[in-house]
Amino acid sequence: MTLISKVGNFVTGTARMAFLGGNRYYYAWLAVLGLCIVQASFAFAHQFQYGLISTSMRDSVSWGFYIGNFTFFVGVAAAAVLLVVPAYVYDWKPIKEVALFGELLAVASIVMCLLFVLVDIGRPDRFWHIIPFIGRMNLPSAIMAWDAIVLNIYLAVNLVVASYLVYCGYHGIHYNRKFVWSLVIFSIPMAISIHTVTAFLYNGMASRPYWNSAILAPRFIASAFCSGPALLLILFQILRKVSAFEIKDEAIHKVAELMAYAMGFNLFLFGAEVFKEYYSNTHELVHYQYLFAGLDGKASPIALYAWMSLAFAVISFFLFLIPKTRRNMVTMNIGCVLIYASVYIEKGIALIIPGFTPDQLGQVYAYVPSSTELRVAAGVFGVGFLLFTLMVKVSVAILFERPQAEAQPAHA
Amino acid sequence: MRELPTLPMPAPEPPAEGYTRREALVMGLFALAAAATTTGCAADKLALDDFVAKHFKDLSPAELQDRLAQMEKRYTESYGKPVKVSATPAQEGVLFGYALDLSRCIGCRKCVYGCVEENNQSRDPQTHWITVLEMDKEGGVNLQNANAFYDHETVPAPGKFYMPVACQQCENPPCVKVCPVEATWREPDGIVVIDYDWCIGCRNCIAGCPYGARRFNWGTPGIPKDEFNPVTEYLGNRPRQRGVVEKCTFCIQRVRQGLYPKCVEVCPVGARKFGNLLDPESEIRYIIENKRVYILKEELNTQPKFFYYYGL
Repeated sequence: MTLISKVGNFVTGTARMAFLGGNRYYYAWLAVLGLCIVQASFAFAHQFQYGLISTSMRDSVSWGFYIGNFTFFVGVAAAAVLLVVPAYVYDWKPIKEVALFGELLAVASIVMCLLFVLVDIGRPDRFWHIIPFIGRMNLPSAIMAWDAIVLNIYLAVNLVVASYLVYCGYHGIHYNRKFVWSLVIFSIPMAISIHTVTAFLYNGMASRPYWNSAILAPRFIASAFCSGPALLLILFQILRKVSAFEIKDEAIHKVAELMAYAMGFNLFLFGAEVFKEYYSNTHELVHYQYLFAGLDGKASPIALYAWMSLAFAVISFFLFLIPKTRRNMVTMNIGCVLIYASVYIEKGIALIIPGFTPDQLGQVYAYVPSSTELRVAAGVFGVGFLLFTLMVKVSVAILFERPQAEAQPAHA
Repeated sequence: MRELPTLPMPAPEPPAEGYTRREALVMGLFALAAAATTTGCAADKLALDDFVAKHFKDLSPAELQDRLAQMEKRYTESYGKPVKVSATPAQEGVLFGYALDLSRCIGCRKCVYGCVEENNQSRDPQTHWITVLEMDKEGGVNLQNANAFYDHETVPAPGKFYMPVACQQCENPPCVKVCPVEATWREPDGIVVIDYDWCIGCRNCIAGCPYGARRFNWGTPGIPKDEFNPVTEYLGNRPRQRGVVEKCTFCIQRVRQGLYPKCVEVCPVGARKFGNLLDPESEIRYIIENKRVYILKEELNTQPKFFYYYGL
């Protein structure tokens, strides 16, 4: 076979694997994601026609739900790949699979990040202004230009590794270990850098005291170590039920333990921040007051979420810290959901909105996302999760269900 | 019409030839890609021209002239009157500075609406480049107690004082630093400008500005034809599109022609002063040297060219 026919065969073959041979839950899940995307396309068409005035963002709170989601998924993308580190250190058997699924999650997450930026900017038609050499990037001074560079490199690296592994598996050829592992190792510092640069985007703004704190980047990394693995733990449990993918309980419990340390560190950093703000009690405290209570006697619409995020963080920390609850699959999965929800609220709501409230001139605009924002965001989730689902389905089919692989009956 | 006071400035020089030119090799490719995506290429030539529009600083003098002529034609059609679009370069030996006398300001917002008319700000939805803050005399300047939405029958309200805020034209502007595409920059005469044809609408500059001076076009700007000011500047008060950022430019279309900014002209109490900081004889220099002057958020090292003072 020539290379072209090999690639063509790969494309049609994987497309067949992605859409055929699933059970009814699989198709139901695809249908749900499809619905998310379809309804979002109407909401986005509306936003595209009338402008961002159809969101609740205004000059006072000029970034909102979209940018919060963007920040969250940068964290998921970063932490997904970092899971190869414990997989290597603790010598789990399926290290290649752990790396592959991590990379696939990273790819889907970065796609969601880029989509969240695309729906947030006022002139998506001018995206090319930020492409190196073609546009006019403001380097070295603009952190957002750096962010665009590192996110795209990270996307490219993960896409190359993941598709190369799947391609080799499809054609039953041995992958080049040196090539794959050098890229995987390169992606580890890249993972740290994408989340650090994203933190610097906020951190570097002296105009926003809420973000202008040196521990913002460490907090980003710590919280990302909680949300990314939470998704993968749930995925691993599903995969070992429905495919020949094998991962020992011990490995899963080890990840949960590492998440407990990450969450503990995250809570410590958060506590340090809260202490500094409340004890020094400067004018800048207003942002925390808005986050946790409200200003001028008016309750803040985000206070409930802020407390929920904190409560979820503390509960999941203890669920993962105590060996008994960590090793119990039910409490561990509850912990995964809580930790994911906690970090999602922390990044999606509690990071962005209080930074803008009150604004630079002391004015309070109580931002709550509009229905357009919620619907478009649901669509971006739909695209990301659909992409992830299809990629995982293909990978599982190639790695575990092909005749040349050691075919084993899926154990229930 | 009475003669308006003019700004003492050095004699204007002929416009400098040639902006920094950068060869955009890939532009041809882009035009092709865009032509493929824009249906009905011939009919949508304008849309294509907009799509591939170059950065202001990348335009050659000839390209700039073409662009200006194209804009004038388009705006003339849209607003039903002859529109002039200029690209007046900064004059040498000029650094613009502004001073505002807090002891005189009565919070009437004449400056706000004068600015809206002069600079073609959107009437629907409403965009104001100037925000007037009302604060308690007892509390002093404390932005946390400021109210931008006061609505009294008459001003000044008892016990209150007023502080108008617009772009502070920083020497060290955070908005310029954070813009990912160099769509905003500081001109040699100190005015921070925006290329509305290059801005991608990411709003990093709005997040980065410590003075709440920047405005985003959340919707399509609406200006009644008869209220449109046809004397415009490329980097100033020409019509803005939806999805881009705008802000005060010290009335670049006026001050580079030797006129005072509109807000200075319309202020009924003479609270607003403007001039060339490099001219030792100017009124602005007199104020800085002889009055109690301060700048907003000095600790951020933005080095504004906008000074507040107490003249009385």
